[in-house]
Amino acid sequence: MLLVMTLLTGIIYPLAVTGLARVIFPRQAAGSLVYRNSAVVGSSLIGQKFAGPGYFHGRPSAAGDGYDAASSSGSNLGPTNKKLIDTVAERAAAVRKENGLPPNAPVPADLVTASGSGLDPDISPQSALLQVPRVARYRHLSEQTVRQLVESHIKGRQLGFLGSSRVNVLELNLALDALK
Amino acid sequence: MKGIDLFQLFLYLVLLIALAVPLGRYMARVYQGERTWFDKLAGPVERLIYRLTGVDAGREMNWWQYALAVLVFNISGMVLLFLLQLVQGILPLNPQHFGAVKWDLSLNTAISFMTNTNWQAYSGESTMSYLTQMAGLTVQNFLSAATGMAVVIALIRGLARHTARTIGNFWVDLTRSVLFILLPISVVGALFLVSQGVIQNLSPYLNVHTLEGARQTLAMGPVASQEFIKELGTNGGGFFNANSAHPFENPTPLTNLVEMLAILVIPAGLAITFGRMVKDVRQGRVVLAAMLILFVLALGVCYTSEVTGNPQISALGVSGPTAMEGKEVRFGITNSALFATVTTAASCGAVNTMHDSLTPLGGLVPMLQIMLGEVVFGGVGSGLYGMLIFVILTVFIVGLMVGRTPEYLGKKIESREMKMATLAVLIPAATILIGAALAAATKAGTSSIANPGPHGLSEILYAFASGTGNNGSAFAGLNANTLFYNLAIGLAMFIGRFGVILPVLAIAGSMAAKKAVPAGPGTFETTGGLFAGLLSATVLIVGALTFFPALALGPIVEQLLMFAGKAF
Repeated sequence: MLLVMTLLTGIIYPLAVTGLARVIFPRQAAGSLVYRNSAVVGSSLIGQKFAGPGYFHGRPSAAGDGYDAASSSGSNLGPTNKKLIDTVAERAAAVRKENGLPPNAPVPADLVTASGSGLDPDISPQSALLQVPRVARYRHLSEQTVRQLVESHIKGRQLGFLGSSRVNVLELNLALDALK
Repeated sequence: MKGIDLFQLFLYLVLLIALAVPLGRYMARVYQGERTWFDKLAGPVERLIYRLTGVDAGREMNWWQYALAVLVFNISGMVLLFLLQLVQGILPLNPQHFGAVKWDLSLNTAISFMTNTNWQAYSGESTMSYLTQMAGLTVQNFLSAATGMAVVIALIRGLARHTARTIGNFWVDLTRSVLFILLPISVVGALFLVSQGVIQNLSPYLNVHTLEGARQTLAMGPVASQEFIKELGTNGGGFFNANSAHPFENPTPLTNLVEMLAILVIPAGLAITFGRMVKDVRQGRVVLAAMLILFVLALGVCYTSEVTGNPQISALGVSGPTAMEGKEVRFGITNSALFATVTTAASCGAVNTMHDSLTPLGGLVPMLQIMLGEVVFGGVGSGLYGMLIFVILTVFIVGLMVGRTPEYLGKKIESREMKMATLAVLIPAATILIGAALAAATKAGTSSIANPGPHGLSEILYAFASGTGNNGSAFAGLNANTLFYNLAIGLAMFIGRFGVILPVLAIAGSMAAKKAVPAGPGTFETTGGLFAGLLSATVLIVGALTFFPALALGPIVEQLLMFAGKAF
């Protein structure tokens, strides 16, 4: 019985799903890969590390050295761990400095906390809008152009009510590069 | 509470019930051997399986024959999975060339998947070959779930029959669970997940150059086929380390909703199946109602605590929801709190948010639900048989209070059933508390703690609760891949599984043998709202009495300290 079930649920079932998926949803089954000039630059579902001032930045990541997509992980820092509080304080200060904000300006939580997977592809619209002046200045674009680009990349709640509205950082940065 | 949050939570419950009721009716037909619309497709396969394995589908078993078949089948599955991990290095479908898994980790993982726990002391994408994930882990995702379903059906038969010696045939219940329920739903579910972006391929990991010119390695694999049965069978073992927080396992709010529905649809449906099989649908509804009461309470606490967030973080000038550490933007607070409540109401243990980073009370809810025995819907099969144990306790306690003979479904509850029911409650509780005490008192236990202060105790408590309750979620900061934890949690998972299954089957056997007595004026009604209230109160009181002292030293004191501005 064990061997028959192993064959059925462990070989036939996954291979059948693999075959069907490849035929019906080839792009998704392969990882929703994103191409530029016919080279793969990543997956639209997996976040990447962005550090340069000319790109929008994603969330802090605890996956490997940051956005290691072969080593997904959250930080697992508990709510009363001093390391969590100190790290968030440092990140908030860094965000304010990079974006030329006053020392007590509010910073959206998602921009200073590590995601569950370490590969979160999204940030909140507030986190994207906060970075508009910096990106515009660095790219010599008008703030209005960049803000419009961000606004056109805000994904609302799925089906109008599910989840949270968000901005995919890789897609936004690709569109930014395509501007000129 | 924002209206849109409330709407999403409410919608989840409505969809759950709307799906569970027809599924429950269908499952009753499947287990009673009645004709279903799926016979044409699955019937020939079923007969082929019986022919290949020499199963005589017409021969029924008594309770200890049934128990023996459960044990033999599960332990051989465990041994096979253990060996597969040891030799995966020389087998095909291993594009990353992962070597043998270390023996203690391999043993822990084999017990874990066989017992429907799916506690993971390893990280999937850096440890397991595709063959191990498919032919080892995915298989046990199906079989451990089917085992739980078979056991609860045997118990239901025991309650429904009178003056009978047998409670069904394990091989038939197992085969029909897989062929008629788990497999067809998984095929459809897995394909739906792929349509939303869950990957399903056998390619080697992909190296890409990112926009900033860095190198990123994208882990690949046959994820969707494992992902869906992971939820449907309330298993919970992620293909990747980050489990359902990983965008390749759970890419959109819609997949999140579907995965949460998959977790509870069979456990909720089985309550309906129960009502049908004992020929009194009200008996099933009252159990479902008690589950719903407890679920809404748990969800309310978890959601409120997560929305309130961490005052120490908002004091740093951080705006928006402050409890975003360990959560994903696409799910936000609402769908993370809901997932955490769902996955621990069931014995699933899949996570879309890191439970270690939940607020203390938000983390208490998953822990407490596991400690209550995961009877709030619960695992597939295990949830309902756990709840039926509490039904027996409730009937007995009420009987004592009002001086009536305890009866359930027209049968007297006597000393043997009470002893077995007590064992089924005490064995897991003792395993959790003794295991956690042992770990908290030894260097081998405390050296794995990641977060200092009371949170450290919570990590240990959660680990033993999760293992014993066959949940599998974790306060994952705890370094569980040590010899001590691999063996201790391994033992806890084994005891937690079979320390309940054996008493349950013994009750099934003794109830089946009883004579039916017609309901008289002394019979306490087990169908109304009063009984639903009494049942949920019994679950809460037993749980609170057993675990409150330990919880007070962990999450409860931590919550107070967090609001007092203390950090460690």
